Amino acid sequence: MSEVKMSAKDLRLWYGDFEALKTVSLDMNKNSVTALIGPSGCGKSTFLKTLNRMNDLVEGCRIEGDVRLDGEDIFQKGYDLALLRKRVGMVFQKPNPFPMSIYDNIAYGPRVHGIRKKKVLDEIVEKALRGAALWDEVHDRLRKSAMGLSGGQQQRLCIARVMAVEPEVVLMDEPTSALDPISTQRIEDLMAELKKKFTIVIVTHNMQQAARIADRTAFFLKGEIVEAGDTLQIFQQPRDKRTEDYITGRFG
Amino acid sequence: MRKIIDNVQRSVLWLCGGIAVAFLAVILVYVIARGVPYINWEFLSTAYRPGLDQEGIRDIIVGTLAMVGLTLVIAVPIGVLAAIFMAEYAKKGKVLTTIRFCVESLAGIPSILYGLFGYTFFCLQLAFGFSLLSSALTLAIMVLPVIIRSTEEALFTVPDSYREGSLALGASKLTTLFRVILPCAIPGILSAIILSMGRVMGETAAVYYTAGTMARAPSSVMSSTRSLAVHLYLLVKEGLESGDAFATATILIVIVVGLNALANFVAKRLSRKLTGGN
Repeated sequence: MSEVKMSAKDLRLWYGDFEALKTVSLDMNKNSVTALIGPSGCGKSTFLKTLNRMNDLVEGCRIEGDVRLDGEDIFQKGYDLALLRKRVGMVFQKPNPFPMSIYDNIAYGPRVHGIRKKKVLDEIVEKALRGAALWDEVHDRLRKSAMGLSGGQQQRLCIARVMAVEPEVVLMDEPTSALDPISTQRIEDLMAELKKKFTIVIVTHNMQQAARIADRTAFFLKGEIVEAGDTLQIFQQPRDKRTEDYITGRFG
Repeated sequence: MRKIIDNVQRSVLWLCGGIAVAFLAVILVYVIARGVPYINWEFLSTAYRPGLDQEGIRDIIVGTLAMVGLTLVIAVPIGVLAAIFMAEYAKKGKVLTTIRFCVESLAGIPSILYGLFGYTFFCLQLAFGFSLLSSALTLAIMVLPVIIRSTEEALFTVPDSYREGSLALGASKLTTLFRVILPCAIPGILSAIILSMGRVMGETAAVYYTAGTMARAPSSVMSSTRSLAVHLYLLVKEGLESGDAFATATILIVIVVGLNALANFVAKRLSRKLTGGN
């Protein structure tokens, strides 16, 4: 039995009057990949953004219920938001490197968290880039702008940027939807490697991707989790009719 | 038939563009051609003492640059901070709409009114007299809307994905602002500064009312001084030395173009440095 790293219990979320999440509960295990699938607007990205409290930025967003990281409530008063986001990193749908050099992109997080020594930063940058399988392609142009990289390279750079702050959980919001198949393949390979160290939660529209990479899968529909369980079980013997309809492509 | 219409359209557009450029060229050539014969080292390096047969504009150039400098020192920090507040911190709503409306209205007021206000408030009420300080404060209020609007626009063009990326790494809002957003917005902010410099240097009414007309280089912020534009106005008004007037205009043009080029150069260098460039 694997250890629960993050869990949501009876989570409800409103954007103004719209109830985007209706009593959602889900456990995310350590060193495993949890995939969130479901049609557009079903709340899976909203759920993901609740895990590192990025929803705090949205005006009119209200949250009830509880989300725990290592058993600790992340919504409790006085919880260190900077530390939460350091521990729970996020990779976005569209690669979003900062308009700085490759080196400065990776060093950004560590610098924000107080690391100044050049030697230490150099090591972190190299380790993160190696970890994201990007080092060989960019080690001779670390001082060049990150904007000159290809889309796939940019996304791996963003993964490296997250890894540089040594997170425990990595959230990925459709990380390959803007990429070509070869870049997608590389990132999927990378995820298999990353889960040895991190807990990964990924939102994906691509059912094959969920089947390929995820240990557990949760199916979202209209703000609720219809079914969650081992990926194999979800795809081969879904318990709910709606799950079956969705994964066989009858809607969505 | 369609081809004819297409050609007519194109010709009209070219004509309009051509007219605009032609006017600019004619004005520049006309002014510079008449001014250049009167420009020499003596003209540039001596003070203006018509009684002593000295008609140089050295002190007036110094006064103009001091005025531009002091105005920007006052207006840029206030304008940029106001824009940051409006674009990044203020909640959308009535208050923000009202502030924006006020800023825009401020931009539409004729400069003579700023002059009148500056004269009664800074010169008389606060007893700063005709001085560099009075005029810089007045001009600062005048260019504030330009700086606020352009800076705000520049901040709006920075993609939200940068903000999200930075916050998601655990950076605070302030860190995100200084390390990611402002560096991206710097070219826009600098172009606001260039526009402001142009307005300050071209201004006569507001300066005439607040800085006075003393043709001396200012020795402190409390001294009266004269800007090139005011000098030009006075020369033309007196109708004596039209050659000197054109020479002064030429120098004014050179300084404006020069400062623009400098600011552009700095903006390019800065944004390349800050964003790691290629």
